[in-house]
Amino acid sequence: MISFQSVGKTFARAPAPALRDVTLEVTAGEVFGVIGQSGAGKSTLIRLINGLERPSTGTVTTDGEDVGALDAAGLRALRRRVGMIFQHFNLLSSKTVAQNVAYPLKVAGVPGAQIGPKVEQLLARVGLSDQAHKHPAQLSGGQKQRVGIARALANGPKILLCDEATSALDPQTTEQILDLLSELNRELGLTIVLITHEMEVIRRVCHRVAVLDAGSVVESGEVAQVFLHPQHAVTRALVADAAGLGAAATPGALRLTFRGQATYEPILGRIARDTGVDYSILAGRIDRIRDEPYGQLLVSLVGGDIAAARERLVAAGVRVEEA
Amino acid sequence: MFANINWADIGQASLDTLVMLAGSLGFSVLLGLPLGVILFLTGKGKLLENGPAHAALSFAVNVLRSVPFVILLIVMIPLTMLLVGTSLGVAGAIPPLVVGAAPFYARLVETALREVDKGVIEAAQAMGASPRQIVFGALLPEALPGIVAGATVTAIALVSYTAMAGVVGAGGLGDLAIRFGYQRFQTDVMVVTVLLLLALVQGLQWAGDRLVIKLSRR
Repeated sequence: MISFQSVGKTFARAPAPALRDVTLEVTAGEVFGVIGQSGAGKSTLIRLINGLERPSTGTVTTDGEDVGALDAAGLRALRRRVGMIFQHFNLLSSKTVAQNVAYPLKVAGVPGAQIGPKVEQLLARVGLSDQAHKHPAQLSGGQKQRVGIARALANGPKILLCDEATSALDPQTTEQILDLLSELNRELGLTIVLITHEMEVIRRVCHRVAVLDAGSVVESGEVAQVFLHPQHAVTRALVADAAGLGAAATPGALRLTFRGQATYEPILGRIARDTGVDYSILAGRIDRIRDEPYGQLLVSLVGGDIAAARERLVAAGVRVEEA
Repeated sequence: MFANINWADIGQASLDTLVMLAGSLGFSVLLGLPLGVILFLTGKGKLLENGPAHAALSFAVNVLRSVPFVILLIVMIPLTMLLVGTSLGVAGAIPPLVVGAAPFYARLVETALREVDKGVIEAAQAMGASPRQIVFGALLPEALPGIVAGATVTAIALVSYTAMAGVVGAGGLGDLAIRFGYQRFQTDVMVVTVLLLLALVQGLQWAGDRLVIKLSRR
């Protein structure tokens, strides 16, 4: 659906390139996350997808079109098939909620008579039917982002780009917006690319993730894999913030990762009893990655047959790593 | 107290001032608004970035703005003759008033457009809007309070310009104040005309502010 082939981007008068040799592939129907600290090149990356920025080298292909090669009219046609939402919502403050949602329909030349019903339908979709005649200044942050989403969906895009869409929202509202995005992904088959600096956002909604650092993709893959077993230092730092497993490491400690149903079974206690091993839990977290439960514990094992305990843990489907 | 006052003269002068103001403000907005939009759009990093065009327009605007209005009234005479058939009276004053005020208003429009959130423009671009659709659908509606406030400032500046239009015999309150109040030492005429001008400026500012508040949705 979207592909980057060795994409580089250098801005005039910038000391270092914003992106270097980025290659990645977003498949239709998935939620793809790009995470990185500020200045890593996330904003540039997402803007290459709909041609708000042009690549300096390499090719960006979006929905079959070589974005860098499109002329102005071709670019406008592509952008009508790609919705975008923003950190600061970017709504027209002078227009009502309904008029904001109507704007992209007018831009696309939808006949006037069809606009009203379509706007109603879009507002119902995001749960804002009763706010149609308010102005953005009268809405909460979460409501503003819902208007942004309704506006982005107006022309029935296949792709939705989310530029730090929840970074200006409180945690509870973030959760609601992420749930809405997941729902749109499931029900409309919408391909979503989101950029964020928060691992929590990736954990909640993304299928796959790419980690960006200083303009390069340093790690990418399935979210559970990257989140639970981060390889690169930058990824570890981002995950440690989210998981709280970084600081407590002591010599000889093991990191145990449970996934799926195993998360809820008394595996550790049973094996400890059978092998005479005592364990102490140094840190841990039981949660979900999208809908899949996982547990990750940092433990130190004392006494008994530690080697046998490790073997049985592995046999029970627990991933065991030296912390 | 008001021994020197000829109320018919005052009435005529008030009418002249209002006609000059309405006529010149209308044309100044008509010319200054598109000029301001073009100044903004051709600016650096903007939708229709065009360095040479921007520099040329900007220079022309600065030249017109640096000519004192009294001089403009005189150097404009041939052009004024061409445009309205006379260089005298209220009609003769309007072209120079417009040439004096339109570049000023264009700068105010440009400033108002710069105040529009860049993100809003980016969102419109991301929807696939053309520059024309962005200007009329997003940029002008968002900047409308600033554009109206600029028109208020321009109207008030025009009130003081009209005082100089007496040079070409356009009449008006300012002219009355100079010829009777100042040159003939008729203080009462001076007081009355200045009070009327004050009321006019106050009224313009009040109406402009009300309109801006009504238009602001932030």
